Amino acid sequence: MAARNPGIEYDETWIQNVYINLPAVKRRAETLGTRRTVKKQWQAAWLLRAVSCIDLTTLAGDDTPANVSRLCYKARNPIRSDLIKAVGMQDKGKLCLTTGAVCVYPSRIQDCAKALKACNGTKIPIASVATGFPAGQTPLKTRLEEIRQAVEDGAREIDIVINRTMALTGDWKGVYNEVRLMREACGEAHLKTILATGELGSMVNVYKASMVCMMAGADFIKTSTGKEGVNATLPVGLVMVRAIREYYQRTNYKVGFKPAGGIRTAKDACTWLSLMKEELGDDWTKPNLFRFGASSLLGDIERQIFHYVTGRYAAAHELPMA
Amino acid sequence: MAATGISTEHNSVANLFESLNYGPAPEADNVAKAWLEDHGRDFGHFIAGKWYKPSDERKKYETKSPSTGEVLTATIQGNSEDVDLAVKAARKAFQSWSTLSPHVRARHLYSIARHVQKHQRLVSVIESMDNGKPIRETRDADIPLVVRHFYHHAGWAQLMETEMRGWKPIGVVGAIVPWNFPLMLLTWKICPALAMGNTVVLKPATYTRLTALLLAEICSEAGLPPGVFNVVTGNGAFGGQLAAHPDVDKVAFTGSTEVGQVLRRSTAGTGKKLSLELGGKSPVVVFDTADLDSTVEGIVDAVWFNQGQVCSAGSRLLVHESVQEKLVNKLKERLTHFRVGDSLDKTIDLGAIVDESQRKTIADYVDSARQEGAEVYQASISIPCRGCFYPPTLITGVQTVSRVVVEEIFGPVLVVLPFRTAKEAISLANNTVYGLAGSVWTENISLAMEVAINIKAGAVWINSHNVFDAAAGFGGYKQSGYGRDGGKEGLYEYVRPTWEDRARLDAITDDVIKTFGSTLPPRPAVSDSSTSDVDTPSVDRTYKLYYGGAQKRPDGQYSRPISNPQGKVVGIVGESNRKDVRNAVEAAHKAAPGWGKRAAHNRAQIVYYMAENLEVRRDEISKRISSMTGKDLEQSYKEVDDSIQRLFHWGAYCDKYGGTVQVRHIYNCKRSCPDEYPLLGFISLFAPAVIRGNAVVVVPSEKYPLVALDFYQVFDTSDLPGGVVNILTGDRDHIVKYLAEHQDIQAMWYFGTGQGSKFVEYTSAENLKRTWVNYGTNRNWSDPEQGQGEEFLYHSIQVKNIWIPMGDIFAN
Repeated sequence: MAARNPGIEYDETWIQNVYINLPAVKRRAETLGTRRTVKKQWQAAWLLRAVSCIDLTTLAGDDTPANVSRLCYKARNPIRSDLIKAVGMQDKGKLCLTTGAVCVYPSRIQDCAKALKACNGTKIPIASVATGFPAGQTPLKTRLEEIRQAVEDGAREIDIVINRTMALTGDWKGVYNEVRLMREACGEAHLKTILATGELGSMVNVYKASMVCMMAGADFIKTSTGKEGVNATLPVGLVMVRAIREYYQRTNYKVGFKPAGGIRTAKDACTWLSLMKEELGDDWTKPNLFRFGASSLLGDIERQIFHYVTGRYAAAHELPMA
Repeated sequence: MAATGISTEHNSVANLFESLNYGPAPEADNVAKAWLEDHGRDFGHFIAGKWYKPSDERKKYETKSPSTGEVLTATIQGNSEDVDLAVKAARKAFQSWSTLSPHVRARHLYSIARHVQKHQRLVSVIESMDNGKPIRETRDADIPLVVRHFYHHAGWAQLMETEMRGWKPIGVVGAIVPWNFPLMLLTWKICPALAMGNTVVLKPATYTRLTALLLAEICSEAGLPPGVFNVVTGNGAFGGQLAAHPDVDKVAFTGSTEVGQVLRRSTAGTGKKLSLELGGKSPVVVFDTADLDSTVEGIVDAVWFNQGQVCSAGSRLLVHESVQEKLVNKLKERLTHFRVGDSLDKTIDLGAIVDESQRKTIADYVDSARQEGAEVYQASISIPCRGCFYPPTLITGVQTVSRVVVEEIFGPVLVVLPFRTAKEAISLANNTVYGLAGSVWTENISLAMEVAINIKAGAVWINSHNVFDAAAGFGGYKQSGYGRDGGKEGLYEYVRPTWEDRARLDAITDDVIKTFGSTLPPRPAVSDSSTSDVDTPSVDRTYKLYYGGAQKRPDGQYSRPISNPQGKVVGIVGESNRKDVRNAVEAAHKAAPGWGKRAAHNRAQIVYYMAENLEVRRDEISKRISSMTGKDLEQSYKEVDDSIQRLFHWGAYCDKYGGTVQVRHIYNCKRSCPDEYPLLGFISLFAPAVIRGNAVVVVPSEKYPLVALDFYQVFDTSDLPGGVVNILTGDRDHIVKYLAEHQDIQAMWYFGTGQGSKFVEYTSAENLKRTWVNYGTNRNWSDPEQGQGEEFLYHSIQVKNIWIPMGDIFAN
């Protein structure tokens, strides 16, 4: 596996002369799903790949050990075992299919650790949001402390939010400096930087924020918290993955991508995988460089797998809820 | 799936989970095949609402699927009897169809739209099988545009009485369409034709006949009366027979420039209307301020849409030198993701080339580039071994002299040329005989608009390419043809003024072409009246030619005496030859850009000023008309007053319709016929062209040119910039010959003899200048309907559409 992106010195020139044409980006986004499609066993395989890239998420005020534990068990056993057997994926040994991670609030990390241990799922990383998620409007000191605590509690991945106040006022150096500190606070834990693109105002800002976070050492750049008005749309995704490509071409470091919020259907998942494959290549279709932040997506994929195996459409109650 | 011989194990879910490969995603062809079977895989013509198979043994043509080579069905090769039968059916249907109320015609078009929509998937599949184009494109582009066109024109049919007041249907339209968008392009012809009350006989291209036949059947199902839309199939010569049929009133053609020229010559002088949508070599101009990643996708749309077999294909990439390397690298990377395959596979980017002969043409072009030492890049992607395929190709290291840069390839081949500045980019973009389309890529809106306006092409897209809509007329300049398909501008191709009837002349004969305009200048002659008059001779009045804003001595140094009806010489005018034509056209070209850039208000002021100055000289000019033509003075005064009014009329139009983008043309109005209105005719012809921003060369009445020459003093006192109106006198036919043969004239209006009209139309084919001729018939210039109708405006412009997709806001 390639080295983590260590980041580079802040370089203002990398975010100058950025040109993004939104209508043209939208056109590409609209036609991605019409240029590519997968059917039959290809579709099944793609959907299972998508499962392996899901950060199965619950981020709610009413999360308790009950639903967090259920989520963890589901992450460990994302597709009904008879269906997995039917598609011939039961003998994959260590590749045994799980989701990419579980994603929770910092206060629920320990619940996760307990549950994953109980269901023999300790290989599944716990991702925790941090830094005053979702708004990030808390002092830097407490935001950094939140990261350290989460890592200490067992989070192997930290999803931080960037400082939108700085981004919107053009203080990109400020954004860089904060993310740099957050990266340090993460230590060995992987850093995913949430751009909250729905609050950045323009695609040029989305691109700049992507580039600045990568320069500061992000392992992943992530679209949204799921709490903004507009979340993971394909046009936003395109702009971000193109920034990833540019960063890779300049530095030879591969940064991952995580669209989050609003991805609900199996078809959406395939389109996103196509986007990664077409714009960045096969390397970016695996969980080390690609994640979905989603909660209901898994259910729809499981229904599609049911259909692939049985030729019938499943009733919701036939599949274990997350 | 492609015959790759992969084992089942290889395609197991577990293995595919690891590889994440794409698999085959075939569109079902069972309904399409059933439709072919319904017809016994043997199609005839569709005439007068019925399938028609001539009883004798006609030749058959087997239509094939280019993706697989599989024979789809037999079709018939028609002959002239079939053309005659179809045209008769259309003529018969015209009697009732043209007299239906616009609302009823609107209902019919609406019904067709609905029925095509109902059969949308079948039509898409048939089109993809027959042509080899990806099902994704027929499903998402071709057929939705077909449906959209019918709906849009149902609207025009409904609105004809209000929006097209003063116009009437032409009669029977002969439509000949190509194989690249078999159904879509035929729709572009039949929709406006039917909406305006015409009937149609259509000949689809040889390779791709099926969707035309299917549409005929669908129209019948939709309740279209028999004979309104007829489809006949045959070879190229058969298309020629359709165009030449005397009872065809209009020929609408989309196809190659060569065939367009043949059709122009064969219909010259027959009184048929003609619109031609021909080839292109459209530029994609990319600046360093462009979103390069999006530009790459735009180029995919521009030149790899429909295998590059698109008349508006963006086949010349002109890129800012500073970003050339970056863009080319991005393109090369992009090409590694291309998927080429069976047209019915839903997950391909590029389908099959329509026919082996076309594939060979493309391959020959690319080989010629290789031999020139160009770098030819074709990504190592898999190409099916069966079927007619050619990989997407990128050629660098070529220049303006290279064959692949100059000629239309009509295949998935892009050539790349760098430029230094925006000015150079425009020059390169226009360095082509074509003028169909183009695109500009930059986030600098001022630059984008300036370049878009300066690219001489009928459609220019900003930050996009190959976007079409029924409301935006599509068509070219220069050798890309004339006329527009779509929008209100497209309707004028299918109507004529209500007062006018079609002239019917025989096709042109060889001797006219050879001998027209070869005359000798006059020699001195002693006239009876010149000696006997008075003792003191009047001051000799010798007019010079007028071009570039100054009086010029004729190059040949020959002159021509102008006599009044009593035979008295009233003035001497210069005798123009081909060099004077050359000079006048040059002067017009010099003036045109500046004139076109003037504010419309300023142009209007100048035209009003002409009227003002003419009013000042009302007595003098009225007397001049009277003495020159022998008209009584009262009539002459009326002609001057009418002329003043006409200048006001066109002055008024100067700054109206500001929303329509026009492209400036060098128009050359040749007028000779209205000898009875030497001043009014002259003004009626130059004014509408000039107010729309054109520069003109005018040949006034051969018999009575003096008032036109007097008028140049009016031009000079009215602040008209030099070169906007240029006047050449002398032998009418002689000047017309050299104007018609001039390659740098974009349009020619001719009001003269039938023979002259034929000559002008015939000769115009060489550079495809747009023509307007009178076929030797007269019009009443003093009648506003005939002397200042909307047709003057229509002939003064060709609509250009500039597309600017907008929007930068995507969230909060």
